[in-house]
Amino acid sequence: MSAEVNPLTVITPRSRRRRRVGRIMEGVATSAALLAIVVLGIVIVSVARKGLPAVNADFFTKNPVPFGQTGGGIENAIVGTLIMTAMATAIAVPVGVLIAIYDTEFAPPQVAEMIRLALNVLAGVPTIVIGIFIFGLLVAGSGQSAIAASIGLSIVMLPVIARATEEVLALVPTALREGGMALGATRARTVITIILPTAVGGILTATIVAVARAAGETAPLLFTSSIFANTVVTDVHQAMASIPLTIFVDSESPSVADQQTAWAAALVLMTCVLVAGIIGRLLSLRTRRQIERAR
Amino acid sequence: MSMMTESDRSEDPGGTAESADVVLARSSAQMAELASKHAATPQEGKPVVLSMKGVSVSYSGTKAVRDVDMDIHKTLVTAFIGPSGCGKTTLLRSLNRMNDLIPGASVDGTITYHGHDLNAPGVDPVEVRRRIGMVFQRPNPFPKSIYDNVAFGLRLHGMKDNLDDRVEKALRQAALWDEVHNRLKSSGLSLSGGQQQRLCIARALAIEPDVVLMDEPASALDPIATQRIEDLVAELKNDYTIVIVTHNMQQAARVADMTAFFSVDVNETGRCGVLVEHAPTVELFTRPKDDRTEAYVTGRFG
Repeated sequence: MSAEVNPLTVITPRSRRRRRVGRIMEGVATSAALLAIVVLGIVIVSVARKGLPAVNADFFTKNPVPFGQTGGGIENAIVGTLIMTAMATAIAVPVGVLIAIYDTEFAPPQVAEMIRLALNVLAGVPTIVIGIFIFGLLVAGSGQSAIAASIGLSIVMLPVIARATEEVLALVPTALREGGMALGATRARTVITIILPTAVGGILTATIVAVARAAGETAPLLFTSSIFANTVVTDVHQAMASIPLTIFVDSESPSVADQQTAWAAALVLMTCVLVAGIIGRLLSLRTRRQIERAR
Repeated sequence: MSMMTESDRSEDPGGTAESADVVLARSSAQMAELASKHAATPQEGKPVVLSMKGVSVSYSGTKAVRDVDMDIHKTLVTAFIGPSGCGKTTLLRSLNRMNDLIPGASVDGTITYHGHDLNAPGVDPVEVRRRIGMVFQRPNPFPKSIYDNVAFGLRLHGMKDNLDDRVEKALRQAALWDEVHNRLKSSGLSLSGGQQQRLCIARALAIEPDVVLMDEPASALDPIATQRIEDLVAELKNDYTIVIVTHNMQQAARVADMTAFFSVDVNETGRCGVLVEHAPTVELFTRPKDDRTEAYVTGRFG
């Protein structure tokens, strides 16, 4: 071996090949990651480009106009989505949080595991199946209603809230539970006065994420609240318009104005979901930091 | 040797090269100091608060500590010392039924509190813990204000009259009032580690317990904060019966009237904690009856 050869920098065919494979793998993985961002970007830009021209004050404050006319808005759909999502949240949050409390604080380990499995399965049930289930249970015979739609949406929200709440409850240090018990608090009292207040930020995050999910759900509404008037409905026993169904229906209309409305409605819905997602993310980071401090 | 601190050791470059005479001279001087600080038979005339008869604690069938017979006397500080894994914390937690919270934990034998069986059917663990409070190894203030941390137990037990006065009294007892009286509304988590631990002590004292169990209360604290906790323990024993677990022999020698030495018994069925000797602190440190105690307090093991 001559003195000039540095064994650490020698390039053999084998090392060259290995280096090449490494570089290719890195490149493929990086482009896959970039693709996700690019797809999101394309969706946002194209929806914004097609929808933005129709978004104005009237769009939020006026009801749809009869076929063929221009102008009007989707006030009925916005109000309907708000009411139905709110009702679904009112059902899903208490039930979901209670499930999470039972699972983390009271259930024997095997039972908790079973419930977790059930929640995961429920989260994976296609929403069209939930829709037809609610249709058979509540709509067939008695007609469509916002209540039936809300119950369908709450089933979609339930596993999201329960699982996310469970995760944040599990983060609350055991030392805090013991601290409460050592002062003579019952388990329930400890949960209500110490555990829940510590985890409230996380529960809020879970709720926001679930609301965003429910607001965009279409399938359960198809069966429960799809035959609606072009006016604002506040009677929960009647079907209400909703943003997702407005997008669905208007996009199939031969009227250019209706198609324009569908894009604008899609833009509004997407913006709301994006903003909710970002708020939820920030809140969740804050909660985690706070719980870390209590450790 | 038993009284040597970490800093003593580091100042001694020879380490173990110290002559036996020097060790003996120093240790006898320290023992004399110890004897002057504690009564020879501090338990005399003090009623028994907690009594253990043949107590064993198991986790999922495996014994962690077995066959403990011991009396804890009123308004004395009793220290549990011993090497890791000897079951001292486990036994402590069985004195206010905190082991109930651990799935699979079970207590055999009898533990009586003023003659009443702690584990008898119908005994409400909530009532037990109301009278026998606990301070944990790591400070665990609730993520609430300083005031609400102390008021928590008071509200829980309906002791809502003069809430402000009770909170102040508890914080004064825990020697924390002067440091926090002008920021009672700030979070308990904003305090330093030592202050947090005194807050936890105040929280335990607020509901006027009879016994306070302390599980290595200073092990997560720096030396100055540790000393404050020890001073506090010395102060509190006028009103409370205190049981303190410590892995620090010097701490036991400084604060305890009675000391119980636990060891680990290893046999073919596994490792299990046993109570080796329970005696007045002076006696246990100066005239240990058991070889294992002597080996431990003179620093030959542990």
